[in-house]
Amino acid sequence: MIETIAFYIFSAVLVASAIMVVFSKNAVHSVLFLILAFFNAAGLFILLGAEFVAMILVIVYVGAVAVLFLFVVMMLDINFSDLRRGINTYLPFGIFLGVVLFIELVFLVFQGWVAPPTDGPALAAPAPMLSEISNTRALGQLIYTHYLYVFQVSGLILLVAMIGAIVLTLRHRPGVQRQRIATQVGRKRSESMVIKQVATGAGAPVE
Amino acid sequence: MADIWNSFWHLAFWQSIAGRGITILAEVLVVIVVLLIFVAYATYFERKVLALAQLRRGPNVIGPFGLLQPFADGLKLMVKETIIPAGANRVLFLMAPMLTFTLALVGWAVVPFYEGGAVANINVGILYLFAISSLGVYGIIIAGWASNSKYSFLGGLRSAAQMVSYEVSIGFVIVAVLLTVGSLNLTNVVMAQQSWWQWLLLSPMLVVFFISGLAETNRPPFDLPEGESELVGGFNTEYSAMTFALFMLGEYANMFMISALTSMLFLGGWLPPFGWDIAFLKWGPLPALLFIIKICAVMFVFLWVRATLPRFRYDQLMRLGWKVFLPFSLFWVMVIAGVLLATGTLPNPQ
Repeated sequence: MIETIAFYIFSAVLVASAIMVVFSKNAVHSVLFLILAFFNAAGLFILLGAEFVAMILVIVYVGAVAVLFLFVVMMLDINFSDLRRGINTYLPFGIFLGVVLFIELVFLVFQGWVAPPTDGPALAAPAPMLSEISNTRALGQLIYTHYLYVFQVSGLILLVAMIGAIVLTLRHRPGVQRQRIATQVGRKRSESMVIKQVATGAGAPVE
Repeated sequence: MADIWNSFWHLAFWQSIAGRGITILAEVLVVIVVLLIFVAYATYFERKVLALAQLRRGPNVIGPFGLLQPFADGLKLMVKETIIPAGANRVLFLMAPMLTFTLALVGWAVVPFYEGGAVANINVGILYLFAISSLGVYGIIIAGWASNSKYSFLGGLRSAAQMVSYEVSIGFVIVAVLLTVGSLNLTNVVMAQQSWWQWLLLSPMLVVFFISGLAETNRPPFDLPEGESELVGGFNTEYSAMTFALFMLGEYANMFMISALTSMLFLGGWLPPFGWDIAFLKWGPLPALLFIIKICAVMFVFLWVRATLPRFRYDQLMRLGWKVFLPFSLFWVMVIAGVLLATGTLPNPQ
């Protein structure tokens, strides 16, 4: 009973905040609503018993991705009337994408989920009892045992994307004085200081 | 008397939804009240430690040894006026301190004070704490943005960049501990007493974790988001009275949280130190007391560091996070995994 109520609360807030992401006038508010949406999605995962996925969703998306999102959006000076001007050119394409996604969802609901035939070995592996295996271990077995190559390839794709981003943004500015910690720490007293006996009234000799 | 007590607890009522609700509410209240008392006295403790480090006396006027100082401060903050700047985003401006304070409290739901003694003993306790601590930055970013002030905004931006950089190495430290323990449940983590060589292997991670914890809680020498020498008051420049107090309480509660995490992951939580088997220390409330003593000891290091070190420069902070801690912790995770695999001490090999 409580779970049903919780499900409807989470889903309602999720849908409402997702709508607000699109329609709110202020970009920062949009990001904050997006965060609320992530949270409610995490709540739904917990209701499904997928606590590991829920926590990872919060850690990765809310704790890191959305922080950077907010970081960037806060610094932007967005004029929404300028943005709205191009809406007529992009609207057909947007509607097309929406329709495609909707049809896919409809297929999913009526046809059910079918695994591809290449998943044979993973599907043939005996399913562990829910009481014997924890969420985390089940995921680990799937990702690191049955789907290891797919996992590695997706890691490589991310690596390429990361290197691309670095190449695009890295610039060497000449004439920048950087702190070299190793040189600073490696300095010795004999190299940097000298004690001189100075006669009264004569001053130190200049070298 | 004992019979009445026992039959009282065995009433069917406590198994019903309402009964469970009441017990959970009571547990939550106990944890929060104890935590808030500790937070209040942490401010006193901090001022005394700083005073000792600087050869002063510290608060000593209000009450015996100045022990009532936290309440005087609290009263002062409560009766002051809450000022909301004219250009501020009112809703977010008021939401930010509440968010900080609430997030600082909810983490304690999963902290076990003795064996299994947590409000919620969940399977992914560490991940939950990691998630909650990574959310703490939102209060600060939102405060910085909603204040509509340059100084606040710069403080918020600094905080965002800082938290994201240090979270990564905290994540690797947690991975390293989990590798040796084999469970994400905090009770299991504490109960899996590491042998001395495992502890030795993990001890560099303790250093990384504690320093990253300093950065994560915006404590000196990493208190750049506040940076009063450059940013007036950083993200809380525009805050006054209770809104400011909530930030302050949140910061101290977060310090306690990092201390609790340090003692759970590395110092054995409520268990006697060095793996000694002392029957006396397992009696009644003593494990919880031992845990609290350990937390306070780590907390003292927080204050000690504050009294000793000057503030980092911002580029030094970024360098330490990305160029020192991240590569080192990544490398050390590999080392630990390799050693565990080579010695066959990986937990639950299948």
